Amino acid sequence: MNFITYLRTKKLLLPLSLGLLGLVIVIVSYLNNPQSTQAVLGSTIRQSTPIILGALCGIMCERAGIVNIGIEGQMLLSAFIGFMVNVWTGNLFISVLAGMATGALLGLLLAFVSVTLKLDQIIGGTVINILALGLTGYFYTAGLTTSGKIQPITLGSLAQIPLIGPVLFRNPPITYTAIILVFVLQFVLFKTTWGLRTRAVGEHPRAADTLGINVFSTRYINTILGGAIAGLAGAFLTLEAVGSFERAMTNGRGFVALAVMIFGKWSPIGAWGASLLFGFANAMQTQFQFMGTFNIPHQFIGMLPYLLTIIVLAGFGGRARPPAAEGSPYEKE
Amino acid sequence: MANRPILETKKITKRFPGVLANKDVDMVLNEGEILAILGENGAGKTTLLNIIYGLYSQDEGEVFVYGEKTSINSPHDAINQGIGMVHQHFMLVPVFNVTENIILGSEISTAGVLNLKKARHRVAALSDSYGLEVNPEAIVEDLPVGVQQRVEILKALYREARILILDEPTAVLTPQEIEDLFRVMRELKSKGVSIIFISHKLKEVLEIADRIMVMRRGEVVGETRPNETSKAELANMMVGREVLLKVDKGPAHPTDAVFEIKDLVIHEDDHRNAVERVSLEVRGGEILGVAGVQGNGQTELAEAITGLRSITSGEIYIDGRKMPAANPRALTENGMAHIPEDRQKHGLVLPYPLTDNLILCSYYKRPFVKGLTRNDDAIEEYAKRLIESFDIRTPSPFIPASNLSGGNQQKLIVARELSRDVKVLIANQPTRGLDVGSIEYIHRTLVEMRDNGVGILLISAELDEIMSLSDRIAVMYEGEIVATLAAKDATREELGLLMAGSKKETVPAA
Repeated sequence: MNFITYLRTKKLLLPLSLGLLGLVIVIVSYLNNPQSTQAVLGSTIRQSTPIILGALCGIMCERAGIVNIGIEGQMLLSAFIGFMVNVWTGNLFISVLAGMATGALLGLLLAFVSVTLKLDQIIGGTVINILALGLTGYFYTAGLTTSGKIQPITLGSLAQIPLIGPVLFRNPPITYTAIILVFVLQFVLFKTTWGLRTRAVGEHPRAADTLGINVFSTRYINTILGGAIAGLAGAFLTLEAVGSFERAMTNGRGFVALAVMIFGKWSPIGAWGASLLFGFANAMQTQFQFMGTFNIPHQFIGMLPYLLTIIVLAGFGGRARPPAAEGSPYEKE
Repeated sequence: MANRPILETKKITKRFPGVLANKDVDMVLNEGEILAILGENGAGKTTLLNIIYGLYSQDEGEVFVYGEKTSINSPHDAINQGIGMVHQHFMLVPVFNVTENIILGSEISTAGVLNLKKARHRVAALSDSYGLEVNPEAIVEDLPVGVQQRVEILKALYREARILILDEPTAVLTPQEIEDLFRVMRELKSKGVSIIFISHKLKEVLEIADRIMVMRRGEVVGETRPNETSKAELANMMVGREVLLKVDKGPAHPTDAVFEIKDLVIHEDDHRNAVERVSLEVRGGEILGVAGVQGNGQTELAEAITGLRSITSGEIYIDGRKMPAANPRALTENGMAHIPEDRQKHGLVLPYPLTDNLILCSYYKRPFVKGLTRNDDAIEEYAKRLIESFDIRTPSPFIPASNLSGGNQQKLIVARELSRDVKVLIANQPTRGLDVGSIEYIHRTLVEMRDNGVGILLISAELDEIMSLSDRIAVMYEGEIVATLAAKDATREELGLLMAGSKKETVPAA
């Protein structure tokens, strides 16, 4: 009883019981059908990677007070540039860096528009989305080929553990990076000087300013670094997941990332949990279509993850409170 | 204490477009003293301190710290010089805890990683040594205003401030919290901290200050000590003319009841009643004062009887007619006027111009409408007339209400509310945060309304105000009216006891 009260006060009851339920379901289904279970879980991780990277970008920006609805566009243009650089150079590492640089550049654009020009941030983000859609649509040429995509790295004996090994320890590098970034950012935001200042700037910029914290540069740096992470998500799509570029291939992932960020209450670990949920829904949807479980048009099954996003947001989103100063430009007295 | 000067300004001048905010201001703060700067709103007190704290830069003049000429260009410079400031509007991050707020910007860390444990100990040690009780782990937004102020003071002390500037620190506090603040200020003084205390409340200044500097229209008009002066003299210096501190009023000539509340109950979320079976009767031509320590249901009562809050049970009558519940327009049309507690939140639409604010209760009536559109000529003409007759100081009727000073904002509300056919006026904290001149004006207006036969329900946390204005006094304690007395028979002591809940009885209404 005391333990439950403790969990409730720490607001861990819901996530912990959801996690426990998930664990039970996974074990039961693994005992019944090991192959499908492994496939679904592996796919969950892969599907969640671009979502969590996008959400981390959102968290970095919004914690500093900048609303970034341009994540979709940052991902799309980065995916495209990353792919094109791969076509030209054939070097995957340089291609990933090019993708990240593209995201960072779009982050710089957003920061310039919202911090320096003090324009509406929603419009700034929308401009990025439209810009990315237009540029990639115009410059895309069909039939380009590359020297391949990023391959999984097997982490030695860890990969031999049944179920967990193949799911967690036989992934390509961007997937590992995403998971590491979740914990790094969680630490940075809540345990370091930089994180404390970033959150102060997002909540009460004038208070931060009177204490000698530079609001403008804090917002610039966070938005640019966030952009680089969104760029990594784009690079994941073309260089690690698919290996080629298609028009509008981000397919709303940038917006799902925003939903995931809100559901995770602007905390990296919370958002990671939410993106795993989304990834799981996506994996199930693929599995259902593959096995022909339901005799309904596949478009309806394809809606599953998005439906889940709406339900989750409607059910839990209301209680989350965004950083108080987000969306409003800061003006010195 | 005649110590050496720790902070001095010489011939500080600051101009804003159209205003001379500071003119040749010479100020001296000695080590270990409390200097009060007294002045009406807009006298230039805050401007002077913002210059000292580096938020503004002066056009002319110099600032000296420990006798050395210093240029302070940002709050950061001020902090480095040992100057700390508690702003009127707190600079705290509401979702951070006390420790995080205090260390922000000067964190204790190793290689960028916060050492929160050490920080908590520092904060606890500081709060111990200055008698500023606060839980280092409490979230700031959950704390009462008085405690938030302590956090602000701790923030300055954490940065080793030797000079503390308090900008109107009592404006937001309850009487008990003010007592506590004064205790802390004396404690700080005894530890050698020098304090500048800004206020426009004479009583407080006389109580706490070692020296008093009076400002008017950007200039220093005098300097004195509490034991060498009086309230009346200070008020005259402040306003520049004779001020009536006592309300001048004749006996009341009450008529029939114009406003009645019967068995009003307001249920609160947390299983208790904010207002418990309150019945009141206000007669035409009298002022009924509701006294009580804040938070005993006055806010809820005022909101309920003006239709802003739904009631659990009970009835409200104007002129014997039963009013529909929670319907402000019906109340307005039946002759109720309302001066709300929070004038900026509930009294005005701040971004609207004065003209629109003045017709908020009557915009839908002739002559302000013409068919489907506004009649701008009539609105302008009406606004100009009210601005003139209520002496609202404004360059134009078309500037936003937010640009006015507090006193003029209150006059704007009074002008709107009392320029109708009014039978009953609900005035909730009508002079809170106003300067002496404006208080005098509001008090005179209330007495005038009374003499014209209006029934007035005055709710105020200032006992002096209740005692000098009311004809009858009702005391509220924990949601109940515990007593109603005739004002001429009431003493401070008796009212104080009733407000503290130590004496529950019902004296028959006078």
